[in-house]
Amino acid sequence: MGRVYVIGSGQTPVGEHWDRSARDLAVASILDAMQGAGIPEADAIYVGNALGGELTGQEHVAALIADFAGLDGIEALRVEAAGASGGAAVRMGYLAVTSGLKDIVIVTGVEKMSDLAGPAVEEALVTAADEEYEAIHGLSLVALNALLMRRYMYEHGLERRDFAHFPVNAHRNASNNEHAMFRRPITVDQYENARLVADPIGLLDPAPAADGAATIILCSEKVAGTKPDSAVEIIASAVATDAIALHDRQNPLFLQGTYESARRAYAQAGIGPDDIGVYEPHDAFSIMAALSLEACGFASEGQGVRLAMDGEITLEGRIPICTMGGLKGRGYPVGASGVYQIVELVQQLRGDAGANQVDSRLGMAQSMGGSGATTVTHILKSLH
Amino acid sequence: MSLAKHWRLQDQRYKLIGGQCEACGVRLFPQRQVCPQCKSQQVRPYEFGGEGRVYSYTVVYDAPAGYEAFIPYVAALVRLDEGPMITAQLTDVDLNDVQIGMPVEMVTRRLRQYGEEGLIVYGYKFRKPLPDQPA
Repeated sequence: MGRVYVIGSGQTPVGEHWDRSARDLAVASILDAMQGAGIPEADAIYVGNALGGELTGQEHVAALIADFAGLDGIEALRVEAAGASGGAAVRMGYLAVTSGLKDIVIVTGVEKMSDLAGPAVEEALVTAADEEYEAIHGLSLVALNALLMRRYMYEHGLERRDFAHFPVNAHRNASNNEHAMFRRPITVDQYENARLVADPIGLLDPAPAADGAATIILCSEKVAGTKPDSAVEIIASAVATDAIALHDRQNPLFLQGTYESARRAYAQAGIGPDDIGVYEPHDAFSIMAALSLEACGFASEGQGVRLAMDGEITLEGRIPICTMGGLKGRGYPVGASGVYQIVELVQQLRGDAGANQVDSRLGMAQSMGGSGATTVTHILKSLH
Repeated sequence: MSLAKHWRLQDQRYKLIGGQCEACGVRLFPQRQVCPQCKSQQVRPYEFGGEGRVYSYTVVYDAPAGYEAFIPYVAALVRLDEGPMITAQLTDVDLNDVQIGMPVEMVTRRLRQYGEEGLIVYGYKFRKPLPDQPA
């Protein structure tokens, strides 16, 4: 199998783009990435988009975006895995290049969420869960994560306030990311005093719905050789699944799918969690960030929140996470988030992260669907 | 809103009929064709007794579209006595009086309605067991 490299990227700011549709956002990020990489054409485009139909009445988005980006006739497919759609699109692009069938592949993630109001967005988001046995009972994704957070608090003797360190870290880092939706830090007190959405989850815990599009350009070793200064290698790519409903999990507090996805990625790269210098988890909720740290071996079971309380997830800590804001601080355009994670890891590994720079050669990104039913893991390595 | 979509789930929603694997004995809700434990395809219907304990719960203040009328409501994961876990609302309960571990029993309640003139969907919820009544 051939090696795979990222040689370019582009992103729109994350926010409420009242004046731009999904196709506008996606095309802008594609043109940005292609221009930056000096790539005039590609062999395929894979588009990660979770909720185009539910939120905007538009399915079939890959063909639409390819047309409007001027990529006539190109192989274009949409990839969907709920919140993992962006990571899944990266996976498809990776497979196309490593197989030797494609030399240059565009991977775009896009989501347009601001056309609908709160309850309608929650209704759309919960399509990631089990419709017949979870959603029908009035559970939102927030409520599902609240069930996990409460049980975790019960088993490990923690308070709501202890989880604040995840959003506090995310917002601190987002304040230096010009593409992030939120640019102001928050405090532990603000987190604790925010009103409840689904007890014990308060308003400052969930990553917010937003609009945005991010694109990366993947290429084979042959093409990467022509751009030695900008290439970052993807040294592992792995997908694993778990039971979609929390009630069908062996142990709801252990993300089996995330564990398996990380294990496969570590095995492919020939490394372990101690080798990772930067981790971009799917921090849709602080409980998800904590459980992800545990599933990936950065913290032992029940110690994920304590790791954050000890300051080890900050830029200066043992395992920096959400280094450009994560889902929480950057904002969370669902299907785009997995591609934003790769864009930011590439920034880190090229030394372009500015005030948020972490000194590391190996970065890991995880994109997750629903409450952990699909997990996509990628590990990237700088060449210098 | 599709009637068939809810009609075909009557056994699950009204009677808590799930499955039991003939090969390994594990009980599941809902029933599946493939046993999640041993992968046998010999899974037969099994009717649960409706009793269990609260594994976790949450009080919902921001509801998805269609559930606003129930706010605030309690959603829970309930461990049925026979083994499997089930997701449901708790009903007839004081929001401040719910604990992990408390025993609950199944009842049939309205799950939602599709608009003023639309389908009303019923199904299982769980409440604190009533004290035994005299015969």
